[in-house]
Amino acid sequence: MANTFIKIASVAVGAGGAATMVFSSIPATYTDLVVKVSARSTSSSGDCQIVLNGSGGTAYSGKLLYGDGAGALSASNSGVAQMSWGAGAINRSTTTSSTFCNTDVYIPNYTSSNFKSVSTDSVEENNATQAYSQLAGSLWANSAAITSITLSPSGGGNFVQYSTATLYGIKNS
Amino acid sequence: MPKTYEPIATTTLGSAQSTVTLSSIPSTYTDLIIISQPKSTATEGIVYIQFNSIGGTSYSSTYVYGSGSSASSGRRTNSGLGVIAENAYATSTAGATTFVTQVFNYANTTTFKTWLSRGNRTDSQGTEAMVGLCRDTSAINSVSFAIGGTTFAAGSVFSIYGIKAA
Repeated sequence: MANTFIKIASVAVGAGGAATMVFSSIPATYTDLVVKVSARSTSSSGDCQIVLNGSGGTAYSGKLLYGDGAGALSASNSGVAQMSWGAGAINRSTTTSSTFCNTDVYIPNYTSSNFKSVSTDSVEENNATQAYSQLAGSLWANSAAITSITLSPSGGGNFVQYSTATLYGIKNS
Repeated sequence: MPKTYEPIATTTLGSAQSTVTLSSIPSTYTDLIIISQPKSTATEGIVYIQFNSIGGTSYSSTYVYGSGSSASSGRRTNSGLGVIAENAYATSTAGATTFVTQVFNYANTTTFKTWLSRGNRTDSQGTEAMVGLCRDTSAINSVSFAIGGTTFAAGSVFSIYGIKAA
């Protein structure tokens, strides 16, 4: 019986916060990867971005569909150095205290020689007029197998204490 | 400990095909998750889904879609095939299109079947969420995929997993 949806690693941010949450030395033994994120940022702006294999450059692009409590909107970018919405929305310092985002990131065929696409579903709830629900698709135009995933708040600042991220491996055989 | 998120079937195309079928799906799980990365032999093509070869006018679906500049929603009814994304087409760029499709309570023989799908095509087009309905009460034992106006290219990947509630 295949070992699937197996926890590879988890990160829990301690007192003092952390600028990044990093999964490194990801084994090539699975088919797909899933990252579950519960996080909050010290910044008053921004989302939660992803960089793969520590590679910046201009190989990332993304499409975003989101609701802010008042309407449905869409945005995109390309030729950027990170998946700007790869790990979705994140609760910022201005949102309801003790509230952390919930984000599900799916990365299929992460060891293939194809470009890598990422599917992200995320909520950042806030007991105020504005909060965010996000769906995003991101692409890394690179054929390398994914060996590391770095999450960081795009608005600068740190992840606050009790932010967590867990990486799972899914195997199709 | 229940066995859950178990691989049921997977296929990676070695050559171009117009349809792909994952069959002999057991009724031993609660829900299904289908992960697909179809690649088109043409520039692009819409990806259809069909359960148990059910056709007629059994399918309907509703989407919400972000193009990168605007958001939209629409639906289709009384269709002979379901769709897993109305706007996020499969593309000829390998790996650029990803679909995550969940089919709930697929083995029951009382209710019509529904699915929830997330589609992303990030080299152009956009990101999408889709809900669909197949008005048939039979347990799902096969899932087929087709692509509009073209064929799936070699390297297209389709995998199906079983989720068990208990």
